[in-house]
This record gives sequence, C-alpha cells and structure tokens, in this order.
Amino acid sequence: MHEIGIASSILTCVESEVRRRPEITICAVGVRIGELSAIDKDALAFAFEALTRDTPLEKVRIEIEWLPRRQKCLSCSEEFAVKDLDLNCPKCGDTRTTCTGGTELDIAYLEVEELCVKS
Amino acid sequence: MREIVEKKVLSENDRLAAVLRQRYRDENILCVNFISSPGSGKTALLEKTLASFSKDASVAVLTGDLQTDNDARRLARYGFPVRQIVTGGTCHLDARMVEKHLDEMGFRGPGLLLVENVGNLVCPSSYDLGEATKIVLLSVTEGEDKPLKYPGIFHRSSLMLLTKTDLLPHVDFDPALALENARKIHPEIDYIAVSSRTGEGFVQWLGWLNALHQKVQQEAAATVA
Repeated sequence: MHEIGIASSILTCVESEVRRRPEITICAVGVRIGELSAIDKDALAFAFEALTRDTPLEKVRIEIEWLPRRQKCLSCSEEFAVKDLDLNCPKCGDTRTTCTGGTELDIAYLEVEELCVKS
Repeated sequence: MREIVEKKVLSENDRLAAVLRQRYRDENILCVNFISSPGSGKTALLEKTLASFSKDASVAVLTGDLQTDNDARRLARYGFPVRQIVTGGTCHLDARMVEKHLDEMGFRGPGLLLVENVGNLVCPSSYDLGEATKIVLLSVTEGEDKPLKYPGIFHRSSLMLLTKTDLLPHVDFDPALALENARKIHPEIDYIAVSSRTGEGFVQWLGWLNALHQKVQQEAAATVA
C-alpha cells in the first residue's frame, strides 16, 4: 500500500549517489525486505519501475532479497527461520525463543558498472 | 561491481523519529501510537480515555486521517489540545508530520501524547514516530485471524486491545482464538478486552497506560540522576 513511498525513498538514495559520483552508472539497487516489514515484494518492484520509467534512472533494476522471520532459542542458542508460524526451537523444542530477524527494510548494495543493459 | 551500502530505506524517518524520541525523553512525555484497521474504534477509545482524565491533566492528541477533521472535532470536546493531521491521501503518519504538528500545537511535557494513526494495519507499522510503544486495536467485528494476516503490526505492538466487546453476543467472534493468533506472532503481547460504549475493561486499560507512564517517568528520572 505504501510501496510507492518506500520505492521513492530507495530512489532518493540512488539519486544522491548519482549526484555525488556523476561518472558512475548504477545498474541495480539491492534491497532486503523482511517478512515482518509489511512490504509487498511485487508491489515494491512495480512501484520502483513505475517511478523510474522515462527517467534517467530507467535502466536501474531493483533486486529484492526476501527474508523470513528468524528466531533464536534462549535455551540452546539455535538460530532458525520460522516456518508455518512455529516459533518453537526446531532443535531442542524449547518454546522460549526471541526474534532476531525479519523486520528488514534495508538498502543492501548498489550494482555499479560502466555498461548497463536492463534485462 | 557491487558496492555495499547497508542503509535503512527509511533512514530519514528513523533519524527524525530519534529526534522526537529524545525530545519526549527530555520533556518527560509518554507518546503512544494507536494503530488499527479503519473503523476498529480508535477514536471512540480515545474519547472514553480522555473523558476519564482530570481536566488539569497534561494530555494532547494528534489524530491522522486522509481527509476531514471529524476526529479532531470529536476529540476536542474533552478539553485537551487536539490537532488533526490531514495526510491528503498518505496512508500512514510519519515522523515529520508528527514533529510539524507537535510544534504547531505547542505541547510541552511532562505529559501524555496520544497519537491516533491513519486507519490501516499495514503501512503505519513501518514508520517509527518516536513513540514509547505501539498499541494495536482489533475489534470483534473483524476476523480472529487478523494477527496472522498482518503480522508486522502485531509483532511491533506491546498491547492488543480487543474493542467493541459489547457486540460479542451478536457476532461469531472468538476472543481466545484472536489472542492465540496474536501470540503466535508475538508471544509477549499484552491483551485487554474493552468496550468504549459500556466502559468494560477500562479499569485494566487505564491501569496499563498508567503503569507504562510511571515506568517511562522513572526511566527519565534515572537518566537525569
């Protein structure tokens, strides 16, 4: 629902990098989206493409890494990705686990090259 | 060539939220962010909550909507400063909007700042407003599986208020199932069932809020000392 706003924030980061270093060409921006971030991956990709269309940044791709919720067991320290809403430790079965990931909404990297072809 | 960036997408909002959070700490303000679907009873809950405060209490309300100042007019009847944030289509409040309206309202701590977000279970969960806590409302006319459908906000909220409990005899809503679903997402989430019409649960709700307020004040005092 607010993916346009999120895409716009990502674009602001790309634009400021282009302004800072006009000699580079940015081919792609890599983002990490967690399951608990309340962001729809497809809607974000669509919004990003819509915002860059017919602009100098049209060739910039968005590469989205989708991350599941992760928990860490307070008993045996096992870290695991949550499947089917099961927060219990898959190794020792303890119910006391704490959330260690899944809320990500990060810009991870920029793909910078001389020649760019949008696939 | 790949260049590592490692930056929060909403870093600008996060920066502003951190400024607000420091301001709340400095002025001893408890800021609470209320989030729910449209029509879950945020405004009614705030009306009943404001009605319970003594007239000289230091309380202010910011209320967000896409359009109209209807909610602010409803809430202003209780004698506390209220300001409507009309987002003009934006589906959530962000830290900049809160800062702007807080400045314009001229509210100073110590006190309680109640922020009613735009009715939406998705987008408001991404935007930190510098609040001490988020509270999510779920009404008995919705589905018990809402926590499973919108895990982000239930994960980030410290309290789930089940609202409109006076309607329970008329709807097929199972509060135990709703709570079970919420705790599948967030095992530690607090839970209080309330009716803003009958006042059921308000002793517990106001007690919860008061306990949080005292905790924040003690933390602020400890920081100063």
